[in-house]
Amino acid sequence: MVLCQVLGTVTATEKHPAFAARRMMVVQPLDEAQKPAGKSFLAVDESSQSGPGDVVLVLREGNGVRQVLKDKTLPIRSLIVAVVDAVDVPGR
Amino acid sequence: MYLGKVIGTVVCERKYEGLEGRRLLIVQPLDHRREPSGPPEVAVDTVSASPGTLVYLVGSREAALAVSATQPPPVDSAIVGLVDSVDLVGGR
Repeated sequence: MVLCQVLGTVTATEKHPAFAARRMMVVQPLDEAQKPAGKSFLAVDESSQSGPGDVVLVLREGNGVRQVLKDKTLPIRSLIVAVVDAVDVPGR
Repeated sequence: MYLGKVIGTVVCERKYEGLEGRRLLIVQPLDHRREPSGPPEVAVDTVSASPGTLVYLVGSREAALAVSATQPPPVDSAIVGLVDSVDLVGGR
């Protein structure tokens, strides 16, 4: 999984059925010092527990997503699986 | 998943089975600021997108699942949403 900050939300009326009733967030990968690292991308927030500004854990693997959401046909590649409270990297 | 802008169409007379009847569009991947992110790519359309529209896509095996979960076609990029708006915290 990767640490990411939620930058915002994406709204789409017309979408593939798998994305209906699912929140799509823009996320920015972070390094261990919580500085931006790499390109932003989109992730589904199934539980709707994250909000803009939150640091989250994103699963970036489709098979893992299908296991978590218990649907073998889901065309979803990245999923927010946790909201991070603290990151501790001793010596930094 | 990632944002993109449809910039054109591709027409192929001869194609691998599974691609028949599929709309192929050229898409420029974008970051959250709508700046180009990497080279343009060809994606299968599942939501009736047209040139000029902002969309979101899914790549890799999930693209094939988005087109057909029972008979996944040979594709690695699919348009799965027509974006109405991208709302970023602090307008970033």
